[in-house]
Amino acid sequence: MYKIAIIGDRDSVLGFMALGFATYEAENAERAAKILHTIARDESYAVIFIVEDLAQNMVYDILKYKDDPLPAIVSIPGRAGANGFGMNSIKSAVERAVGADIIFK
Amino acid sequence: MAEIRVNPTRMELKKLKIRYDTARRGHKLLKDKRDELMRQFLTIVREDKELRESVEARLMASYGSFSAANAVSSPKMLTEALILPRKEGSLTVGYKNMMSVTVPTFSMRVENSSADSYNYGLAFTSGGLDDSLRELDFLREDLIKLAELEKTAQLLAEEIERTRRRVNALEHIMMPRYLEAIKVIKMKLDENERGNTTRLMKVKDMMLKEQLALPEDDE
Repeated sequence: MYKIAIIGDRDSVLGFMALGFATYEAENAERAAKILHTIARDESYAVIFIVEDLAQNMVYDILKYKDDPLPAIVSIPGRAGANGFGMNSIKSAVERAVGADIIFK
Repeated sequence: MAEIRVNPTRMELKKLKIRYDTARRGHKLLKDKRDELMRQFLTIVREDKELRESVEARLMASYGSFSAANAVSSPKMLTEALILPRKEGSLTVGYKNMMSVTVPTFSMRVENSSADSYNYGLAFTSGGLDDSLRELDFLREDLIKLAELEKTAQLLAEEIERTRRRVNALEHIMMPRYLEAIKVIKMKLDENERGNTTRLMKVKDMMLKEQLALPEDDE
C-alpha cells in the first residue's frame, strides 16, 4: 500500500488534504527539495505531486528520481497558475527519446 | 577509424564472420525494438499531453472556487475543516512490462468514498468549498493517471535513448570495424595465396627447365 504526497505552498495544497493526500507545505524550493528527499527515501510514497513554482527551482532534485520506477514525481500547477513547467517535462522526455521535439510545435 | 588488429588466419576470419553476423542480427533486432518503443512512446506522450491540458484547466477552476471559499471564511476555519480527512487514500502499485521496461501502474482506493462525505460540518463553511472539493475529487483519478503516464513516458524515453545508442554503435562502429577487419584478413590471405601460386609456378618452371636442360646436356 502506497501513499500519495503533494508538496506546495499552503494555499495550493490545502484542498488536497481532503482527498486523502499527504500534504507538505513548503515555502521555498530549498525546503521542498529537503521534503522531497526525505519522503522519497521513505519509499512509502508512490506518487509525489509538486507545485510547478517550486518544481522549476529544484529541477536537479527531481531529476534524481527520473529513471527509477518509483516514486513518480509530477509537477502540477499551483494556485498561482500554470507556468508550463509541467508540460516541459513531457517535452523533455520527447526530446530525449526522439532527439527533437515533434509533439509541441 | 581504429581497426581491429588481428592475425590474418582462417581461424580469425571465421571468428570475425560469426561476430559480424551476430552484430548484424542484434542490430536488426534492436532496430525493431527501437521502432516499436517509439510507437508506443508517442501514443503515450500524446495521451499524456491531452490529459495534462485537461487536468491543468480543471485544476485552475478548482483553485478558483477554492479561493472564493477562502475569501469568505477565515483561514483557521478552513484548516480546521480540512485537517482531518475522512477519506483515507491509498495507492496500489502494480508493474507492467512494456517492451521489457518495467513501468508502474497506479490504482487508487479511497475509503469512505461516497461523494457527499465532506469531512466538515456544513454550518461554518461556504458552498464554494464544497464545489472546489468536489471538483478536486473528480480530478483525483485523472491526477493518478497523469502520474502513471508521465512516469511511463520518462522510463520509455530512457529506454529509447539507450536502445538508439546501441543501434547506432552497432551500425556505425562495430559493423564497419568487423567488415574492415574481414576485408584486411581476406586480402592478406589472397595475397599469400597469390604468392604461393607464383612460387609454385616459378618452381615448376625451374623444374621444367631443369628437365628440358638435362637431356640436352646428355646428348
